[in-house]
Amino acid sequence: MNMTPKNENCSTGQEPCSCETQAGPQPFPMHPGEDVVCCGSPVRPPSSTLERPGYRLWHFVEEFVETPAGPVPRVKTSLARPDILATALARMSSFRNDYKVEPGLYCVGRPGPDSAVLVSANYKLSFDALRKELSGLDAWILVLDTRGINVWCAAGKGLFCAPEVIRMVKLSGLEEVVRHRNIILPQLSATGVSARDVEKGCGFSVTWGPVRARDIRGFIRAGMKAEFPMRRVTFTFAERLLLVPVELFLLIKPTMWALLAIFVLSGLGVGFFSFNAAWLRGFMAVCALGAGIFAGAVLVPALLPWLPGRAFSLKGAIAGLLGGAGVVLAFWGRARGLEDLALVLFAGVVSSYLAMNFTGATPFTSPSGVEKEMRRAIPLQAAALLATILAWVGASFAG
Amino acid sequence: MDTLRYLDNVATLHLDGEACVGCGECTLVCPHGVFEVNEHKAALVDLGGCMECGACANNCPASAITVSPGVGCAVYIIQTWIKGKERATCGGGECC
Ligand code: SF4
Ligand code: SF4
Repeated sequence: MNMTPKNENCSTGQEPCSCETQAGPQPFPMHPGEDVVCCGSPVRPPSSTLERPGYRLWHFVEEFVETPAGPVPRVKTSLARPDILATALARMSSFRNDYKVEPGLYCVGRPGPDSAVLVSANYKLSFDALRKELSGLDAWILVLDTRGINVWCAAGKGLFCAPEVIRMVKLSGLEEVVRHRNIILPQLSATGVSARDVEKGCGFSVTWGPVRARDIRGFIRAGMKAEFPMRRVTFTFAERLLLVPVELFLLIKPTMWALLAIFVLSGLGVGFFSFNAAWLRGFMAVCALGAGIFAGAVLVPALLPWLPGRAFSLKGAIAGLLGGAGVVLAFWGRARGLEDLALVLFAGVVSSYLAMNFTGATPFTSPSGVEKEMRRAIPLQAAALLATILAWVGASFAG
Repeated sequence: MDTLRYLDNVATLHLDGEACVGCGECTLVCPHGVFEVNEHKAALVDLGGCMECGACANNCPASAITVSPGVGCAVYIIQTWIKGKERATCGGGECC
């Protein structure tokens, strides 16, 4: 390995690299311009012996263990900085939709032919949530190809389904790796998986694991039995708050359009269009928009159980109207009566609509219920929006 | 989910008590505790809690449960109104 610079000082650029000054025959002719680059930064550690050409090694793989079905990666049960950073990023944007690990068989600890087999989706966050709960356990993890979508949504879309379980069981050679004929599926995959079909298709019977990965340990300790609370989905304050950044991220584009519309509508008046009015009145309307977004996308998720009503659009409307009233108070004296009305209504409509869309992120709203709510709420929201625009533009002409 | 309830009397869930063989599978898969099995028969103990996910019907060996499953997501439902059931997708948000 003559090409590796032996002199660490070369990174300072003070001294020439040993590879440049080296006399005698070299194994490869090198262009003088190229090896200057090697001196630019400190040398990184050598490649792991686990790496293979054409593949990229995940940082969470500790080693490969030999099994009758070939080498299986043993994964770490702790999350490292890249996991945590990427998780944060994924939670903040829709980047989280395409963040996956490769389907196949993995393991934690030192599993043998009698160890449990846990089935997971190949959304990286689902996989991380599972492996980080498995420290000290010996188990196999069978990752399905759910196209990088989490368990619950993949099951709803029919991607986490019996044919996929059967396909991966066969493809991974699980039959040769374990002696028993049982796999543990997350309970929330039952929406997409028929346990009987899995057993018929590959001979492995299905045990329904707990809803949450963090209950896996208790589940295994209790002899593969989930107590009642482990079988219920929750939607706690923390779980709801985690969804807020994505909600806001998805609003960036529609907000741009709303700002444009506000600017145009605020400028309209007796003299056709006034830039002055567009700024001054527009600023108040933008504040109402902000209040509506804050109420619908932050307050409603946070205060969901405490806001009155069952329908999300109602919860949102209440939060939004209060927010709008706050904006009116903040600008007290600057807006006329009709404008005050428009500001309050606007925040209410925005918040009501956003709250209604939040139904998609909750684990307890039934489609029949959402449809019923929407049939009632959308005409009201549309009417309120129209009234808002009429009052806003009308106030300018009236004044 | 006792503090969080959605609309009552809308769920499309039906249980055929005659057909039920009392295996208890529905009590294992339902994430909302809608079923209880007593004396080898399942009963609906909390119909209002049902979110129509379809897990129970999917796994009942006696086909005793029917439900019209789906996702309770406003964005998705708007799309089914506009584009029809086949082409609807969720908005790329957190629901799916
Ligand atoms: S559809 Fe889902 S929520 Fe409703 S009873 Fe069946 S398993 Fe429970
Ligand atoms: S899964 Fe079907 S047969 Fe089994 S207890 Fe429930 S309703 Fe009865």
